Amino acid sequence: MSSVFRIILQRIALGVLTLFIVSIVIFTAVNMLPGDFAQAILGQAATPEAIAAIRQDLGLDQPPVSRYFTWLAGAVQGDLGSSFAQANFASFVGAESGGTEVTVATQIAPRFANTMFLAGVTACIAVPFSIFLGVLAALYRNSAFDKAANVFTLSSISSPEFFLAYVLILFLAVLNPVLPSLSNIYDGMGFGERLQKTLLPALTLTLVVTAHMMRMTRAAIINLLASPYIEMARLKGISPLRVIVKHALPNALAPIINVVALNLAYLITGVVVVEVVFVYPGIGQLFVDGVKNRDIPLVQACCLIFAAAYILLNLTADIMSLLSNPRLRHPK
Amino acid sequence: MSDLLLKIRGLKIEGRSDETWLPIINGVDLDLHKGEVLGLIGESGAGKSTIGLAGMGFTRDGVRISDGSVEFDGIDLVNASAETKRKLLGTRIAYVAQSAAASFNPAHKLIDQHTEAPVQHGVMSRSESAADAVELYRRLRLPNPEEIGFRYPHQVSGGQLQRAMTAMAMSCRPDLIIFDEPTTALDVTTQIEVLAAIRDIVEQFDTAAIYITHDLAVVAQMADRIKVLLKGDEVEEAETREMLSHPKEDYTKSLWAVREFKRPQKRVVASGAVPVVSVRKVTAAYGPVKVLRNVSFDIHEGRTVAVVGESGSGKSTAARCITGLLPPLVGSIMVDGVEMPADYRKRSKDQLRQVQMIYQMADTALNPRKTIGEIIGRPVQFYMGLRGRDRRRRVEQLLDEIELPADQYFDRLPSELSGGQKQRIGIARALAAEPRFIICDEVTSALDQLVAEGILKLLARLQDELKLSYMFITHDLATVRSIADEVVVMKEGQVIEQGPKDEMFRPPHHAYTDLLLSSVPEMDPDWLTNLLAERGVDNIGDAAVDKMG
Repeated sequence: MSSVFRIILQRIALGVLTLFIVSIVIFTAVNMLPGDFAQAILGQAATPEAIAAIRQDLGLDQPPVSRYFTWLAGAVQGDLGSSFAQANFASFVGAESGGTEVTVATQIAPRFANTMFLAGVTACIAVPFSIFLGVLAALYRNSAFDKAANVFTLSSISSPEFFLAYVLILFLAVLNPVLPSLSNIYDGMGFGERLQKTLLPALTLTLVVTAHMMRMTRAAIINLLASPYIEMARLKGISPLRVIVKHALPNALAPIINVVALNLAYLITGVVVVEVVFVYPGIGQLFVDGVKNRDIPLVQACCLIFAAAYILLNLTADIMSLLSNPRLRHPK
Repeated sequence: MSDLLLKIRGLKIEGRSDETWLPIINGVDLDLHKGEVLGLIGESGAGKSTIGLAGMGFTRDGVRISDGSVEFDGIDLVNASAETKRKLLGTRIAYVAQSAAASFNPAHKLIDQHTEAPVQHGVMSRSESAADAVELYRRLRLPNPEEIGFRYPHQVSGGQLQRAMTAMAMSCRPDLIIFDEPTTALDVTTQIEVLAAIRDIVEQFDTAAIYITHDLAVVAQMADRIKVLLKGDEVEEAETREMLSHPKEDYTKSLWAVREFKRPQKRVVASGAVPVVSVRKVTAAYGPVKVLRNVSFDIHEGRTVAVVGESGSGKSTAARCITGLLPPLVGSIMVDGVEMPADYRKRSKDQLRQVQMIYQMADTALNPRKTIGEIIGRPVQFYMGLRGRDRRRRVEQLLDEIELPADQYFDRLPSELSGGQKQRIGIARALAAEPRFIICDEVTSALDQLVAEGILKLLARLQDELKLSYMFITHDLATVRSIADEVVVMKEGQVIEQGPKDEMFRPPHHAYTDLLLSSVPEMDPDWLTNLLAERGVDNIGDAAVDKMG
């Protein structure tokens, strides 16, 4: 077991290193965004003095390297900074200062929780569905069912997300009003109601992510069907379904886990369109707003969370693939 | 006769190649009675495994039975439904595959795979079958029968896995077992144990068996009758003793004759001659594990030194030390009396040129995307600096040396060649560097006997013409007998014994050399019985019989 443990520690260390490098990339990229926050908030008529004052107040006059380390030091301690857009700059334009500072963390936390909820619901539907479909497609390979499953998943992945969303709204909210078309969930909502409101965006996303996972499951299983141990199982008179589920699937897990992780990461980081269509208050919309407002701390924090989610999920996938290998779990 | 178990008539099988169906089996008849063992023998491509699988009503993907009938105990397997056949497989007909390591599912414990067929077919409950497995493991003389089933396949050695697979085939007490080259991948010493175990258990349960192999001496121990196949046709069939003493057909006789190729012993090396390669007190390790301990041997000009031993004895590691792929911890490698840098990266081009290698698996040792001309041309250019027309001429010359017409083979890809031809290309590639010394790592063990004999003869001729020295790594003592001048016996990383071949094959031996030598199957059908009696292990398995009934 010690070797597995060492490999896992190595992967974690690599993950942390990657996150560090990504943080540099995020910082550089965000700071290279055209436009200036002070300029954006004060408008065309702003005096140079007012702009300079705001820049000084937010630390934008510091050199980038020192700003990076200040930000990094904060982020490591869990302080992602204060939102520019929510800060009160009234004092700079002559009015009395009265507002309180809004931290990025308090802004992101509820949105991120919503996003995780949506991703979680989608994963609960999509992952078992895709693997089930993949197993069936492998079992009945080259049959009409296999082809139909391929056509269905491929056409849903090739359609734009908003189109899928509207088709689902048309069928499940307009023609047969079983689900609400708006997913405006809020704090304090009961779980059942929240789930019901989340179902339509979750189904839309399921259609988007199923194709990858299902096709990888099918391919990974079929790839193994020529192995001697599969032939052995067939020659033992084991039923075709059991051959696939019991003999092929456990050995095909590594590639499947990786594709699942990739798609889950997508659910956390890339669902802006679906959020907009269903007015779902997730982190994607917040992120887009942040970019629009040149709200640098918010954008950086979102990017960092996305990166961390990607790295964490891939790390989990790596570790799970390692553990799916009996040679590593049970050394000689 | 009424006890006919398997009856095959006019069996024709075809395999798909691109869009057409090519014949694999051209009408073979086969009869197998209850409790009888039939040996199917032939070179690769003869269709042995295909017939064996057809006897189970099974064909691999891209293969179909086009004509003929297969009847198992009165059941027509050609036209039976998949469900009918599935109910027979595992319960009444079982299969033991060539590579147990590849045929056990790596994700499950042995016992779970053993009990699967009995439980799925409703023959026994899981606990009954598990208890039975322990009993079968004991009869097959597996160490720790109580415990071994709870291991994963990668935790068990090859010979033990092969016996566990035989136990698995026995799990439902089938009427018929197909053994498909079950000992081909094993060392001679391990092979004996597996052969003895298989023979005993087949006898004890009066199971009928088809025993497929390309090794005559092995089949002579196992089978009551032998059927010889060649390219999908039956050559002849007879009782084992009859077949061994009086083969009728020329092809059968040629198979029998292969083992008789033998080079005359060369003169003794003049004392004081500087060896071409000298391995001096080499100790080497992979990480913390020492795999070679204080190994020394010399190889003189124009001579062949065979390095023999079981897998894991350090034969290939010694070769890696000589080539510089694995720098030794202690000791040195001398070529013509000059010490070579331990690491191949520090050797000059000329030093690299001196030592060449030919590999066991010609399949994987040749780049599948390069033509033969490119594969051989590369070392010609790299070592000898020849380009363009000169290079082409040299490659053609080399192809000529290995007896392959240059105009036909220059532009072909490795995938278009047979196993023996690929191995010849490997030889030409080594010769291209014009070396003094070639390491041959199990170069014939993946080949059929007739083809292997051709390769050995070629190597012998090249040695005479070019004064080459060979280090011949092998576990096949028949090969040693035919071409070696000196023999080095290795075990657990140490040299146990070394000397001229004739001395080595003459008693008295070191105990381990004796074990190796006596384990090589002979063409005498009583050889295994006599050997086991000599070693006093013939009735270990019988003790368990009374218990099981």
